[in-house]
Amino acid sequence: MPEVPPLEAELQLATRGSEMKLEAELPPGTGESRGTRLARAVLGPQPIGMAFGAPYALFIAVLFAYPLGLAVWISFHSYFFTAPGVSVARPFVGLANYVAVLTDSEVLRSFLNILIFLVINVPLTVALSLLLATALNAAIPFRALFRACFYVPYVTASVAMVAVWLFMFNTGGVVDSVLGPVAPVPSWLVNQNWAMPSIAIYVTWKQLGFFILLYLAALQNVPKELYEAASIDGASWWHRLWSVTIPGVRTVTTLITLLAIIVGANLFTEPYLLTAGGGPNGTSASPVLLMYQIGIEQNHPDFASALGVILVIGVLLIVGVQRLLQRNQT
Amino acid sequence: MKLRAIVVGALTLSMGLAACGSGAAPSSTKGATLSYGPISIWYSNNAQEITWGEQEVAAWNTLHPTQKVTGQQIPASQSSEEVISAAITAGSEPCLIYNTAPAAVPDFQQAGGLVPLNDFPGAVSYIQTRTGSLASMYKSPDGQYYQMPWKSNPVVIFYNKTEFAKAGISTTNPPLSTYSEFLATAQKLVSSGAAKYAIYPSPSSEFYESWYDFYPLYAAESGGKLLVENGKATFDSPAGQAVAAFWAQLYKENLAGTATVTGDTFADGTAAMAIVGPWAIADYQGKEGSPAVDYGVAPLPTSKGNTSYTIPTFSDAKNIGMYASCKNRGTAWDFLKFTTSASADGKLLTLTGQMPMRQGLQKAYASYFTANPDYTDFAVESAHVIECPNVPNSIQVWQDFRDDWSKSVIFGTSSPNAALASAASAINKLVSSSSSLP
Repeated sequence: MPEVPPLEAELQLATRGSEMKLEAELPPGTGESRGTRLARAVLGPQPIGMAFGAPYALFIAVLFAYPLGLAVWISFHSYFFTAPGVSVARPFVGLANYVAVLTDSEVLRSFLNILIFLVINVPLTVALSLLLATALNAAIPFRALFRACFYVPYVTASVAMVAVWLFMFNTGGVVDSVLGPVAPVPSWLVNQNWAMPSIAIYVTWKQLGFFILLYLAALQNVPKELYEAASIDGASWWHRLWSVTIPGVRTVTTLITLLAIIVGANLFTEPYLLTAGGGPNGTSASPVLLMYQIGIEQNHPDFASALGVILVIGVLLIVGVQRLLQRNQT
Repeated sequence: MKLRAIVVGALTLSMGLAACGSGAAPSSTKGATLSYGPISIWYSNNAQEITWGEQEVAAWNTLHPTQKVTGQQIPASQSSEEVISAAITAGSEPCLIYNTAPAAVPDFQQAGGLVPLNDFPGAVSYIQTRTGSLASMYKSPDGQYYQMPWKSNPVVIFYNKTEFAKAGISTTNPPLSTYSEFLATAQKLVSSGAAKYAIYPSPSSEFYESWYDFYPLYAAESGGKLLVENGKATFDSPAGQAVAAFWAQLYKENLAGTATVTGDTFADGTAAMAIVGPWAIADYQGKEGSPAVDYGVAPLPTSKGNTSYTIPTFSDAKNIGMYASCKNRGTAWDFLKFTTSASADGKLLTLTGQMPMRQGLQKAYASYFTANPDYTDFAVESAHVIECPNVPNSIQVWQDFRDDWSKSVIFGTSSPNAALASAASAINKLVSSSSSLP
């Protein structure tokens, strides 16, 4: 076997298909140079695959992993933003930021707000998107038009949608005019009891198109024979939905629930724009909105980072419990 | 496998550090004050200020071809403070920003983002000679000037003459001098159907909104007290309580709106009154494309009554900051003086209607005020403005105040007096600490 430089050898390995596999399986030290072994140890048996995957891995590392790690570090220190090159003390403060977060009444209120949001938004999202997807999956007139209509809010900029909802739900707006004396006083977005439910309904409506699309895709995989068999057995529409459709799209339901929870936990634009910064009286403030106000506007990234870390842990816990329940059901 | 993980991890970390931790150290040495060359500046995105800024830059560049100034509008955002703060952290701010809010100066200073103007020979004398006694409000606790007092927009009451006439209220001398007169006028405006709301300051919980509802009236009622003086909140007092009770009554009777709105409620006729400064006159005269409003101007009310424009009000000032990334600070200082000269101030007044923070304004630009009598009252007021206190945690101070104000005065869920006491207690703690958790 002629001698080749290690890099070339690697390239040959990568392009020789099954040959490469065989060589990769050779025990270390059998006819390979040290450099090749080192390169393989670093880059693995598929260096070209690594090269293809590296940009995305780097993207994740730089834009997600590093900021997350930095946020965790900041949350344990006294920290504020400074100009580059400005040297200031950033003492380790242990759990002080976490204690401050967990004893802050506005933060606790924001977590309650998100709970209210999730209790309304998640079931509504799952139920409505499944029902509408089932309807749109059937042979109804103007099906394509309906599908597009439901999808439009999802692809339209939030700011534009918020302007429409402000017009509809503001004091004396279209909704108040239609409801007349039944409309709440004060109006929806300035009513402490209705502000967060209004946001939850808005987000449900805005996200519905995407979730309908997921369900439509899942419904294609439910065997038609099951519906035929159920019909022959005399099952009603409701029974077919309950016994065939819902079990058939269970994995997508799990995905939608997770996505809806994540959307809820990251709520920012709606309280920022729809209820003027989390009003009235903080009843629609979200943890992410507070992170922005406290971390960016007030230059307390240490507090905001602790809040962010708690939020991440909270979401992971909810998702973990949800996955556990799902697994047990399965 | 382990080795691979270590190598990839190390590469990632180093690249991450490079991405997030890079940036040139600011030229913080005093040598930079003697450095001359090209600089960049930001100015407001207000149409008239853009015109002024472009003209000043062009005039400077003609005279100083080797020290070229590049001007641009401040990047768009919810507030200028956010943009400037982010730019300081990234080290990408320009040499001068002609839109620096005095309330944000303590935070920018803490971040090491501002250059003390005292570094320049004759700077203190220049500032104090131009601005007079008002300059002291802009001095930081360390005794240095980190901002050049530039222009104010003393806020007063604007009223819609058409809606006042519709409600049968005098349009030349409307009864707005006392709180009780103001409330009666407001009730008449709404009950007559002339306007949906009497007045509509933004109910948003943003920290700066109190500058346009509570603070001007508090300045007037208290005889010119700042929110914080000598390290203590001043507003938990009869003056603060009177102002809070006045606004609470307006909200309670639905004379002031609590919902978020888009656009200017005074310009579109939703509200019959507004608290704004002279910058808005161009808008209300229909020069900015919006429909013209037949407006009148009245001084701020007090509980005992006021009919004078010498009553203290909020300045709504925007100043000039020199920022730490600036390399050619000699040029920046010269340009700053060039744009705050008597001639440049005259152009600013003519083009924008905003009041340069210069002593003897009426005398210096007598011909302008003769030709534009609408602006005379603002010139009078400009000598009696108060500013946001220059204290640590300034933005947080205003946010805490706003939160308690929203709860009690706007949404009525707690007593205004209790809310003022609570806000005062929190603010006293904040200003006594240079860096405190929220």
